[in-house]
Amino acid sequence: MRFMMFMYPGIDTNAESWEPSAEDVAAMTAYNEELSKAGVLLSLDGLRPPADGARVRFGGGTPTVTDGPFAEAKEVVGGYWLIQASSKEEAVEWATRCPANEGDFIEVRRVFEMEDFPEDVQEAAELSERPPEQR
Amino acid sequence: MSGAGEAGRAVDAVWRIESARLIAGLARMTGDVGLAEDLAQDALVAALERWPRSGVPENPGAWLMATAKNRAIDLARRGKRFEGRREQLAREAGLRMAMDAAGHEAEASELGDDLLALIFTCCHPLLSTEARVALTLRLLGGLGTEEVARAFLVSEATAAQRIVRAKRLLREAHAPFAVPQGEELDERLPSVLEVIYLIFNEGYAATAGESWMRPDLCEEALRLGRMLTGLAPRQAEVHGLVALMEIQASRARARSGPGGEPVLLLDQDRARWDPLLVRRGLAALERAEGLSRGAFGPYTVQAAIAACHARARSAGETDWGRIAALYDALARLTPSPVVELNRAVATGMAFGPAAGLELVDALVEGGELADYHLLPSVRADLLAKLDRRAEAQAEFERAATMTENARERELLLGRAAEQGRSLGDRSPKGP
Repeated sequence: MRFMMFMYPGIDTNAESWEPSAEDVAAMTAYNEELSKAGVLLSLDGLRPPADGARVRFGGGTPTVTDGPFAEAKEVVGGYWLIQASSKEEAVEWATRCPANEGDFIEVRRVFEMEDFPEDVQEAAELSERPPEQR
Repeated sequence: MSGAGEAGRAVDAVWRIESARLIAGLARMTGDVGLAEDLAQDALVAALERWPRSGVPENPGAWLMATAKNRAIDLARRGKRFEGRREQLAREAGLRMAMDAAGHEAEASELGDDLLALIFTCCHPLLSTEARVALTLRLLGGLGTEEVARAFLVSEATAAQRIVRAKRLLREAHAPFAVPQGEELDERLPSVLEVIYLIFNEGYAATAGESWMRPDLCEEALRLGRMLTGLAPRQAEVHGLVALMEIQASRARARSGPGGEPVLLLDQDRARWDPLLVRRGLAALERAEGLSRGAFGPYTVQAAIAACHARARSAGETDWGRIAALYDALARLTPSPVVELNRAVATGMAFGPAAGLELVDALVEGGELADYHLLPSVRADLLAKLDRRAEAQAEFERAATMTENARERELLLGRAAEQGRSLGDRSPKGP
């Protein structure tokens, strides 16, 4: 099974920069290393602050685009890990070991497997995944 | 392991993460993996009693280690007479631990060495392949006996017996708990890689059982392989094996049709291959190739073959010339009739069916694959491409009588009939 661990840093979500301290980076690197050495880490990324980003909203026909920062944003994803684990409890146990800061939180979510979907959805997914020349 | 309820599952999760390191550390102190596992199990039992009430401690690994050490010290103090070597070991270890009051924390590098020593001990050449696999899943994978039994579809009693016997054999042989060095390392590494790949293949090919694949076993093998790359990062073949497994696992979703039937590589919908695993596999292959300095080992060569398929956007774009050359290399490294048959297929694709047929006919003469249905099946395919339809039909029919698999038989008889029909179409006109 695969789990996504989303990191929600408890810092000012609209800060212009998310520059972590050298110690934080060292601790996080050690943690990433631990996941990797245990053979469970599949991929990870840190995200730039929402001030750099944009939101695309749907409704009323045409999508509307808003550039960051976002006034109402309280909880914002700062990065993620994609790990392999044999149970939700194992993924949660890995999350608890993260050297996070006061006020941070990690949301652990299991990745959908194709088998989780009913057959008609699986068939539809198969169609959309096929490259254009093979459709 | 088997904890009931939510707290039990939390203990299981900690066990899965910590057990290998715990057992490895205890094995270094006691010099006996069997005793190390017993002590670790005692610590687990204590955790199952305590944690549901007190909560999981902040550093569960350290808690388990301290509890296991105390247990050893306790055993040493309580025992007035020690009957066997096992008790003696426990006593010595307990005394040593009691003296080591500072609670010496293992350095990270030491921990890595302990884990590596545990892997090599589980895959010791003294043990049968089945015993190595069972011990590896149990001590490194943290699987319970009933899970080991389920993985290889044997009874729990059989699995338990294999594990107990393996531990006893290691103790009686005084197998040292250490990482082999120099030449011995090169000699023993293949046995470790073999065990990991066997676990992977049991999940991937599912020689037994209801379903065609058992993804849990594939994931476990991948986890062990990736762990090994961290412990022995300079070993090219470790990266080669991981590359091979990542790329093969990337095809998991495409390998079975809607009815659960196997779909062959060239017929697979490549859009269903997992791009993340492909990418990881190609990166691991690059590391393996970089470390090999020109002389690729067998896993690296197989990974390179798998990578040729992974890189081709469609079956038609496959670089068969390179695959044929890699099979030539593999046939020199690990000569076997099955490798030779694959080489024939690749050669046929790269240089035309006549070149492939030449290799297949040499195999037929050799007689080693006389009972293998894929030999006539491959031969039939090459004959069909050469337009020798009557011969192709006969070979497809022969292959059909040889396969054990009903679905495959159907497919082969279908192809035989197809050859017969084309023969009928042509006969009024042709010779």
